[in-house]
Parts: sequence; structure tokens; C-alpha cells
Amino acid sequence: MQQQEKPPWWKTDFGPPYFKDLMHPVLKKNYGKWAYHEVIRPGVIKRVAESGDVVYVVRFGTPRLISIYTIRELCDIADKYCDGYLRWTSRHNVEFILTDESKIDDLIKEVEEKVGFPCGGTWDTPRGKYGLTNIIHTQGWIHCHTPAIDASGIVKAIMDELYEYFVDMKLPGLCRISLACCANMCGAVHASDISIVGIHRTPPLVDDDAVRRMCELPSTAAACPTAAIKVKAKEKTLEVDGEKCMYCGNCYTMCPGMPLFDPENDGAAILCAGKVSDARHPPELSKVVVPWVPNEPPRWPTLVEKVKSIFMAWANNAKKHERMVEFIERIGWERFFDLAGLEFSWHLIDDFRVPPFMYASYRVGTQFRW
Amino acid sequence: MSETPLLDQIPDGPWPSFVKEIKKTAEMQDKAVAEGKEIKMPGSARALLKQIEISYKDKKTHWKHGGIVSVVGYGGGVIGRYSDLEDIVPEVHHFHTIRVNMPTGWFYSTKALRQLMDVWEKWGSGITNFHGSTGDIILLGTRSEYLQPCFEDMMKLDPPFDIGGSGSDLRTPSACMGPALCEFACYDTLQVCYDITMEYQNELHRPMWPYKFKFKFSGCPNDCVAAKARADCAVIGTWKDEIQIDQDAVKEYAEWMDIEEEVVKLCPTGAISYDAEKKEIKIDNSNCVRCMHCINKMPKALKPGKERGATVLIGAKAPFVEGAIIGWVAVPFIPADELFDRLCEMAEKIWEWWDDIGKFRERVGELIWRRGIGEFLNVIGQEADVRMIKHPRTNPFMFFKEEELVQSEVVKKLKEKGIKWRSFEYEEEEI
Repeated sequence: MQQQEKPPWWKTDFGPPYFKDLMHPVLKKNYGKWAYHEVIRPGVIKRVAESGDVVYVVRFGTPRLISIYTIRELCDIADKYCDGYLRWTSRHNVEFILTDESKIDDLIKEVEEKVGFPCGGTWDTPRGKYGLTNIIHTQGWIHCHTPAIDASGIVKAIMDELYEYFVDMKLPGLCRISLACCANMCGAVHASDISIVGIHRTPPLVDDDAVRRMCELPSTAAACPTAAIKVKAKEKTLEVDGEKCMYCGNCYTMCPGMPLFDPENDGAAILCAGKVSDARHPPELSKVVVPWVPNEPPRWPTLVEKVKSIFMAWANNAKKHERMVEFIERIGWERFFDLAGLEFSWHLIDDFRVPPFMYASYRVGTQFRW
Repeated sequence: MSETPLLDQIPDGPWPSFVKEIKKTAEMQDKAVAEGKEIKMPGSARALLKQIEISYKDKKTHWKHGGIVSVVGYGGGVIGRYSDLEDIVPEVHHFHTIRVNMPTGWFYSTKALRQLMDVWEKWGSGITNFHGSTGDIILLGTRSEYLQPCFEDMMKLDPPFDIGGSGSDLRTPSACMGPALCEFACYDTLQVCYDITMEYQNELHRPMWPYKFKFKFSGCPNDCVAAKARADCAVIGTWKDEIQIDQDAVKEYAEWMDIEEEVVKLCPTGAISYDAEKKEIKIDNSNCVRCMHCINKMPKALKPGKERGATVLIGAKAPFVEGAIIGWVAVPFIPADELFDRLCEMAEKIWEWWDDIGKFRERVGELIWRRGIGEFLNVIGQEADVRMIKHPRTNPFMFFKEEELVQSEVVKKLKEKGIKWRSFEYEEEEI
């Protein structure tokens, strides 16, 4: 690139704004000096500092996809109630930090009425009352080029169904639900209590004409993780070995002439019983319990019904504090399939790859003694 | 009749609707244009809605990946995206995503946020994600020729916003809210994350590795940023000494909590006992695995110990290609005040090794699987520790280093006679 005279304001590699400059003064004052917290009602966490300062963190669920005009409304509310500060959580919730307890009701009313975001998504571990938090998810048909399912539409349909558990705290334990629109998993949903993963079931089709026009053959073949793509140099196109293909869509990323879509066969798998926290039970990967359900836009009734039955099997039968994996380990997988009304099939047995033998002996998580 | 009959069904139900957000953007965008505001992507939100409606009808995506698009000086941070329905929705034919490095811990002042939204109103679709999976602010949809001026406007803001990671580079590091709001934080997650982000700006902006590398920082084993499942390098706060107990606060909890049933019995190692008469608890810290359950249950009464720091777990990733991995213990404990230096030292050694021998699209965890923990520990200069394993290996076919072998008279004599076995000397000769 030609070197040009850069204007005086020009800079690169300057990084994110410094977080302390964007933090409410009461948080800066009590930084690292918090004494304890309690959840005083669904969506409202009271945090008490050693100095005696108290803040009320009020949490609202969002659809993740947000208009700049909605963000301006959130800013107006934060200016009015929170001295111009707000934050987001790691699960697409937005939080307002109040120093005045008497403003909680007004704040909640204003966010719910003006913006339409519900207050909730919290849990009270001391009392053993848990709320459902937001579903983390990926782009789906909104913006992804290899999805097998939509993301936002399915999340909306599931959260509509489980809404009462978000705005209240009536679950026995934590339940993390997450969704990734294909198995490449930008969403990294593989350690969740319930995860929904988009899966393709057919290899990409090769559009010879488009491949010739738009694709670089060697780099497309090289992008295949299972070496299923061969360059046919003479014909100036590519060939896919359907037996080797894992339907990841990496070739489509490199080459638009290899679409990977089969609307009738793309769909979702449901996994469950994973976690990342070390509380009681070490972290655990999720396991596939439903191999495939079809895409049924706009409301995905089959998928929602399956997710709900897994969720309710746990919610109705788990002991206090028990997460999905602890619950299933106690009752057994056979009983779980029964309770959730799921059918067990051969797809749920052999794994795609067998992790190296030694991985079984690695200490996964942080539970150890000193 | 509505142009989007399928999407029109989505706002039904109480959960906030993304369709409503896009429609709102479309209406406000039209209004802004009518008011004479400078809007570079007019009609894009409405066109996006139209395209999604078609996806809902066809049950497939209509986006194509578009090769490399970026801004001057960077190789990552922008995801190229094109519509395959350009004749129907020309407004979103180019619809690239800009990843913006969020403020650590997702703390915002409305002043900073409004400025960024103004930039995006002018240069893009007006649609965002708060936040993407890795944690970046996602600005969803603009044309190739607007990427550079949009970024230039971002650098002129006060405070300025920089672009995040994508491709085979250091992805935008993320951290839990840590000491800003939480009493469990065993180290300063926000500061360490910020410092690492600033130290490795070059690695973040210029993809040059076999694949992506992620850092995530959680202040305690509850792991609110899911580092253990997603970060090649997960830094999880923990402590070495005794859990701090406030027995008066235990008595307060005893008023209404069944401590025996919900704390003592749920301790995974049975390390807690409760004296119901005195209303006091006792913890056998030598048997505590720092799982957080009792502290989560009684945050007023129990606190992590005073000797704080972090455990580093290595290798976590999503299933592509070899399967999902949860991180495993690479360094059992680094004291809080040494974290930044030790992490830099370790990361640089790992990157050099991985860059050298890692295969295309091989994550660090997979490379360690391929080469073994032994080699990895040598690379990072870490002694083996029993805390790295659930149990020792079961297969006794092992390979010892030469210096670990005992000098043998019998073998020495045989060698003098010229008899050789497959020994280290033999291998050297072969080379």
C-alpha cells in the first residue's frame, strides 16, 4: 500500500477505552473492596462494600441484536437514573447500577415500558432460588454464511416459552442455555446445561461454473479439515468425497461456489448436561441427546417442545442447587431419557473423533487441594 | 399485505424481539434521512428484514463469505459478508461486520456509547450486537468503502474505540466484572485483561498464527466468562490458604438456612462440618478443592483466602475439528501480583512453539494432544505437578531421558565390543 501523509489524529493499535474511565464513580471508589451481595428480588442484586456503600445492580434481558436507537434509549435511562453509566453482562443482559434504592421501581418500569426489556435473569444461591438467565447465541440467518439454523428466532421462541423462569426465581439450580447456529460454534456452547447446535447433514454441492469464476482451487481444497476435497485441475473444478466430509462449511468460506445448504436436511441437535463452573461438580462437556430436529421457522415448535421437555424434566425433579449434569448423574441417563420423553438412537453413541486416551487423565477445571 | 408475514409472527410473546429492533432501526433510519442526517446506508435495515424473511421462507441463509476486507494497517477485525440476493436487496449487498474491542468488563459511560452509536448511524446499518460471542461490540453491516472512514471516525472519538480480533490472531480478550463489583474476585481480572490486550495489540490486529488464540479472565472458579470451555488460555482466580470465616455471619444464615443440608452435605470433599449448637462451621482447608459452593451459599460469612492468585488452564476450544476440549491445568497457581508478567512470558513461549510446529487450523490444545504435555511443560518451563492430572497415567510404556538412566557395566562392556542397541548415541549417529 502506498504510504501517504497521515493526519495528526491518525493512530492504530490504541486498544479499547480504559475501563476505569467508563465506570461509575461508586464502583471506582469501592474497587476490590466489596463485602457481600444479596439478591433482593428477581433481577436486582444488592452489593455492599466494605466502606458501607451500597449499589443495586438491576438486570434486564436483551435480544442481543440491538438497534442504535434502542441503545440511545438505554443511555437516556442511564443518564436519568445512574449518573450516565451502564454495563452489559457476559450473557447479553444489560445492567443499570443504582445508588438509590427508592428508584428501583421507576427504573424497572421505565425500561420495561420504553424499551421492552424484562427485568430478571438472576439467582439467589443462599436461598436456593434460581432464575433462568439469557440464552447466549450466534448470528444465524441474520449474518452468518454457514448456519444450519437461525439463531435469534429460535432463541426468541424458547425464551417466550421459558419467560416466567427469567422474570422469577423458581428453579432448583442454575441452568445455562446456549445456541450455536452451526457446529463450528462461534458460540462455544459445548459446556452448557442445554445447548442447541445447528447441524448440516449433507456435503456441499459443487457448482462447477461458479467454482471456475470465483474460487481459488488449492486454497479451497486446503481449507478442508478432513481432506475430503480434491482439485480436478484439468476440469478446473473441485470434487468432494461425501464419505469424508464433516459438513463444516470451511470450503464455502473460501469458495462461494460450494454451497452447503439443504433446507430440508439442515436442522438442530440438542445437547445437555455441561457446565463451566467448578461449584460442587467439575466442568463438563455437554452431550448430544437429540440428534436432529428440522428447521421450522418462524417459531420452531418441535425444537421448542424438546428443549422445554428437557428443561422441565430437570426443573421438576432436580434437588436444590442441582445442575443438569448433577441431576442426571444422580438419576441415570436411562431415567433421564424417560423423564424428558426422549428417544435414544444409535446416533448418540459413537463420537466423531475419539479424544486421545491421555486426555481422560488431565485435570479439567480448577478443583484441587493445597 | 405485509412484506414480512413470517417475521411478523415473531414479536408475539413476551421476550424482546430482534425483529422489533430491526423494524425500529428501519423506521428511525428513514426518519434520520428525511431530517437530512448524513446516512451512508439508507434503507439497509429494511433490506436486512426483507432478506431474513426470504431466509425464513427458504429455510437457509443468504449470506456469502467475502474474503479479506479490513482497514489500513490491520489484517483482522472485519468479517466480509455479501448477500446472494443482491438484485432483491441491493442495500445489503455488501454487509460487513466490524468487531469493536469492548471496554474490559463491558462497562460503559453513556457519553462513550452515544458517540460510537453516532458513528454507526452514519456509516452503517444502525444494527449492533451487544455483544458478540467473544465479547466484542458487533457493528452489523456496512459497505467495503465505508470501513476505513468509519474506523477513522472511531479513532477521533473521546475515548476512541479500536477494532477487535478475527481470523488467526489473538482474539479480543475478555474478563468478568471482577473487583469492580464482585467480592469473589481473587485477582484484578479487568486490569490483567486490559494490560494483556494492550501488550499484544500487534498480535490482536494482525493474524499470523496457525489459528485463533483466546485469553479469558475469570476472578473465581464460578467462571462467569466461561473461560474454561472457550479460552486457549483461561486464567481462573483461586486461593491457596484458608477460607475466611465470619462466624457471626454464619449465625445470621443459621436463622433461616439449613446449613447441614445445603452447605455441609453438598461440599464435594466433605471438608465442612457444622456445630448446630454453637452455630459455627469448621472447614478442613487441606481437603478443600476451592469449588466455591459454600462461598456462593454464604457470601456474607465466607470469603476466599488471603493468598490469592490464579490457576491457568490451557487448551479449551469448541469441537472444530478434533472435538471440544475443556481446559486443563497448566500452571496450578500464580500469585496475583505476578500474573501479568508470568502470563506474558508463558504466552510468548507458547506462541513461538505453536507458530513453529502447529498445523494450519490447529489450536494450541490440539497441538498439545499431538505432542504431549511433557513437551508443552518444557516449552513453558513449568515443572510437572500432580494438580495437572485427575490420576496418573495407566499405560506404563514410557520413555526416559538419557540422564535419568543408570550407567550399566554390562552394557558398557558390550558397547566396547562394538555391539549396539537402539540408544541415544545410535540416534545421533543416524542424524
